[in-house]
Amino acid sequence: MTVEIARHKGRPRTRDYIGYLIDGFEELKGDRLRADDPAIVGGLGWFRGRAVLVVGHQKGTTLDEQELHSWGMAKPEGYRKAQRLFALAERHGLPVLSFVDTPGAYPGVAAEEGGQARAIADTMLRMARLSVPVIATVIGEGGSGGALALAVADRVLMQENATYSVITPEGCAAILWRDAAFAPQAAEALKPTAAHLLELGVVERIVAEPRGGAHHNPEVAAASVAEAISEALAELDGIAPQERRRRRRERFRQLGQWFDPELPPGTLSLFGGYSTALR
Amino acid sequence: MNVTVEIERRDSDPVKPEWACPSCHQPARLADLRANLMVCPHCGFHLRIGARERIRQLVDEGTFRELWSNVLTLDPLKFTDLETYPERVREAQAKTGLNEAIVTGTAAVDGTQCVLAVMDFGFMGGSMGSVVGEKLWRSTELAAGEDLPLVAVCSSGGARMQEGILSLMQMAKTSCAVDLINEATSPFVTILADPCTGGVVASFATLADICIAEPGAQLYFTGPRVIAETTHEKLPQGFGSAERNLQLGHLDAVVARKDLRVRVGNYLRLLGGGEEPDRVTTTIGRERGKGGMGQTALERAKAFATYARRPFVRGDREAAGEAEEPAAREPSP
Ligand SMILES: [Zn+2]
Repeated sequence: MTVEIARHKGRPRTRDYIGYLIDGFEELKGDRLRADDPAIVGGLGWFRGRAVLVVGHQKGTTLDEQELHSWGMAKPEGYRKAQRLFALAERHGLPVLSFVDTPGAYPGVAAEEGGQARAIADTMLRMARLSVPVIATVIGEGGSGGALALAVADRVLMQENATYSVITPEGCAAILWRDAAFAPQAAEALKPTAAHLLELGVVERIVAEPRGGAHHNPEVAAASVAEAISEALAELDGIAPQERRRRRRERFRQLGQWFDPELPPGTLSLFGGYSTALR
Repeated sequence: MNVTVEIERRDSDPVKPEWACPSCHQPARLADLRANLMVCPHCGFHLRIGARERIRQLVDEGTFRELWSNVLTLDPLKFTDLETYPERVREAQAKTGLNEAIVTGTAAVDGTQCVLAVMDFGFMGGSMGSVVGEKLWRSTELAAGEDLPLVAVCSSGGARMQEGILSLMQMAKTSCAVDLINEATSPFVTILADPCTGGVVASFATLADICIAEPGAQLYFTGPRVIAETTHEKLPQGFGSAERNLQLGHLDAVVARKDLRVRVGNYLRLLGGGEEPDRVTTTIGRERGKGGMGQTALERAKAFATYARRPFVRGDREAAGEAEEPAAREPSP
């Protein structure tokens, strides 16, 4: 079952990928309002000789690390840190590389009352507004709005064994089956796999992992991620800044399936209403 | 009328009241309750209301023109839990009389013409799937393109799980839609009604220029049950309520249902270049831009209908050439 590999304790985390991909990483902390949230790490560095901004959820590997990083579950200060780093990238024309790896946003009282909902919404809106290239890579668990907040990107890449879902299988089972024990059935129904997401147009590319999963050979896994990011970046460099923003909007606009009988015949597509002419 | 109260009683029954308030437990007659906009006449408790009733209360009588009511739900994941997704949709349609969890169109609110999007919690918990996202996108696009304000009434349990990842993507889609309407500087006002949670409150609902809520509305991203199970924290008094959210700085105002029309109307005039109410000489609203606000109501309705039938295959407004403007939407003299 994929969910287990995606959640594997030894799976490389954002910091591991930063270590493999980014030279001279300078971590930048804090939301400039009240706190620094270790569940989201960010900073500047060199990717293949080019200055970039990196932002990602950090889960941690040892139990101590996991506790420090709240298992990658970000609080409002984490999302606001991401926002101010996006603004920094925009001001200086730096591409944004984001890494997604979280079970979801932090479910606590202080997070809620500190404006979790608006923090997530605002992060998405600010990502949507960027004119610099934005590439998101789902490296582990892409859990709900807390994950999506860092993935309003021009290109979304996804590792072979990563998952990306609207809700955890356990949460879904508890609501729809009224029993969390039905998590395996929920996981089956939710289809959170890279292959299915590629089919739906939610991700552009699946990044291959070493046999058995990224944790079996993190270096090889990182090399594949670097190659995929590099190719996506080259594509995006060829697009004018404001056009990138417009196309990013258009990308998300097209996600969804519905049927509109009032659309003239011939404009229908697999996506239930959209003209394929746009793709 | 789409009301949530279903208690029946014969007039001869001397014991059981027609309706008892879930908050103060005092009885009331259904007719009085309806006349009071489905708000308890004793304690002011706001009952949940459906989209049709909301529109009836919020907009100027006879001004609502529905758009895109025929955009229909598909089943992209062939999702089955205890029931199939199409079965759940059919049940929701039978229960609410709506095709989906949102009703969209144009209307006048206290004299100002606007685009209106109203969610219905009775339809699968007001959950946001592809159709809700698409109708919201079209609403923002119409508002941006016609230089009209957008008013959205948000009431939702969050994303529509049965559409899997595509429901999550509606959060991003509607946030991108806010980028579109912000760029056009069309005013955008949201009214959060009980309950507004999960993916909706963490996307377009809280991204409006002005964000208000009804008294007592429950508003949160993560609910009390999940918090209790995960972090075992004790919840503060009034956690998630509109009043507490106002105190914490997450809302512009808490507005009683009876005042919504006038307050929202004033917001729209303030943001949209309108005039102060006692200086308004006509009730048509503003005449700004080339949105055709100088047209008659009939002409406007026709123009919107033309817009609604138009295939949605164009790019964003900033990329759309003037040549693509349909003839029916030429500005009136
Ligand atoms: Zn009462």
